Amino acid sequence: MSIAIRNIKKEFGSFTALNNVSLDVPSGELVALLGPSGCGKTTLLRIIAGLESPDNGSIHFHGQEATERDVRERQVGFVFQHYALFRHMTVFENVAFGLRVRPKKTRPTEAEIHRRVHQLLELVQLDWLADRYPPQLSGGQRQRIALARALAVEPKVLLLDEPFGALDAKVRKDLRRWLRRLHDELHITSVFVTHDQEEALEVADRIVVMNQGRIEQIGSPQEVYDNPASPFVYKFLGNVNQFHSRVNEGQAHIGDLAFSLNDHHSVQNSDALAYVRPHDIDVFTQQNGQATLHAVVSYIHAAGPLVRLELQPVNESDVIEAEITRERFRELELSQGSHVYLKPRTVQVFLNSKAS
Amino acid sequence: MASHKQKNVLPGFNLSLGYTLLYLSLIVLIPLAAAFIKTTEFTLAEFWHVVTTPRVIASYKLTFGAAFLAAVINAFFGLLTAWVLTRYTFPGKKLVDALVDLPFALPTAVAGIALTAVYSANGWLGSILEPNGIKVAFTPLGVVVALTFIGLPFVVRTVQPVLEDLEAETEEAAASLGANRWQTFRRVILPALWPALLTGFALAFARAIGEYGSVIFIAGNMPMVSEITPLIIITKLEQYDYTGATAVAVVMLVISFLLLLSINGLQWWSSRRNSVSR
Repeated sequence: MSIAIRNIKKEFGSFTALNNVSLDVPSGELVALLGPSGCGKTTLLRIIAGLESPDNGSIHFHGQEATERDVRERQVGFVFQHYALFRHMTVFENVAFGLRVRPKKTRPTEAEIHRRVHQLLELVQLDWLADRYPPQLSGGQRQRIALARALAVEPKVLLLDEPFGALDAKVRKDLRRWLRRLHDELHITSVFVTHDQEEALEVADRIVVMNQGRIEQIGSPQEVYDNPASPFVYKFLGNVNQFHSRVNEGQAHIGDLAFSLNDHHSVQNSDALAYVRPHDIDVFTQQNGQATLHAVVSYIHAAGPLVRLELQPVNESDVIEAEITRERFRELELSQGSHVYLKPRTVQVFLNSKAS
Repeated sequence: MASHKQKNVLPGFNLSLGYTLLYLSLIVLIPLAAAFIKTTEFTLAEFWHVVTTPRVIASYKLTFGAAFLAAVINAFFGLLTAWVLTRYTFPGKKLVDALVDLPFALPTAVAGIALTAVYSANGWLGSILEPNGIKVAFTPLGVVVALTFIGLPFVVRTVQPVLEDLEAETEEAAASLGANRWQTFRRVILPALWPALLTGFALAFARAIGEYGSVIFIAGNMPMVSEITPLIIITKLEQYDYTGATAVAVVMLVISFLLLLSINGLQWWSSRRNSVSR
């Protein structure tokens, strides 16, 4: 079932949580709402669920207006960050809850409930825990039970609020891959909220980047990562170095360095901010006659798949971060205080709004 | 021997247990034991005769029956009060919150006199109720009213904090799964409140069994009808029948203890699965 969100506005007192947000979620897609805390992503999710009502705007499910529809009738499955399992019920009863509270006419028989619950528990691979109570489970297990419980009512839409936020890094990774596979199996329209860009990039079909109650960009993980629409998106999706630069007729200049750009061909001598990812910087120990940035190694983090260097440019004050492979690091024989020459491979340029 | 000693992270187990036992002995056990010792002045037959006279039996029924009824009423309306105080905001909420504790602070005799004045035939409520055939003052019903009055804070104050700590998310989860408000209350909220509600009930019940001051004014104290056991004990004391008084007291003690023990057992049973460590 597709979801259409039109001009949603929501204020809490003087704080604007959502400012004219419009979004389309096509049927069967897995969409991530990504943004820093306080950007309105959870509020948007709760409005889709019907747990919160918007001040303005409308929600449509499958083309039908659903703004005033009660959460009970929206047929959404909601998974909470802190699981919100019923502590006094067994895992089995938790999953069966949605079926048991149905009106007599539509309630399945006891045997049918039994069959469906065990089917769902097998789907989340926790059938052996059916008789346990939630406090006896690990965080990852609880969240899978919460998911099974949400799926029990056969929702048309699955909404997940930071589903892996309370888990440790390893479990988190396993679980998000598992969620991706589950989604590929069930093809249920899903929206999940996260502040973890890695999670969004790995799991989602599409990413909606939000900031201060607005949508900054919508796109596939690759689009959003490779062509960020704003400095905010660029900064939010990973580590980044920022340079002051000038753009002139399709060329960006950072100090002596020049880069040809794909656009901005008609721009004349304008101030701009240039962004370079740490792994897009080449590091040399000799200048070799090219235009480069001269810097001194101030710190080396060698633990991890890539070696991270903190570099102090000779002519500037802002520290530059670069990531190089371990082989390259050994080749260069770098140590703290070494002089290096830097050359960014690609840059992303955003014209200063006041200059453009 | 020392090698068998179990290591415990928390220090001072022996000291604190010793202190607890000494304290409980001084404050609770020794006075109660004295009551038991005093009754040994009776032979078993004499004891049995004193504690089973029809007038005393009637007073047991009234005391425990009225206390139980009052505790049930308090469990119900106390829960409602706690619910309103935690779930809603309204002008004067702080005032209402403070009013709940008043039965704790008021001398029980004052409560008794006030209740009697209100419920007697020419009182505010009595003048409305009595023409309609409902007699409150000087009847067992009056006893229930007085015991309800003094027991209310126990339920409210035990349920309130638990209700405040309930996760709103579990209720939202229930709603998103299609449960209506009643189902959510019945299946999600009530089981979480149950241990606290039971504690409040037990406290209100225990308090009501031992209540004396507020009841004697409104009860009328008619033998066989509206005479409570504590009053019988006082009457016996006033007649210098110390052994008889302690005999009745011992029976009350034993019954109260057994009742509280069984409520504790019920509580343990119901909270066992909820209290599995997180």
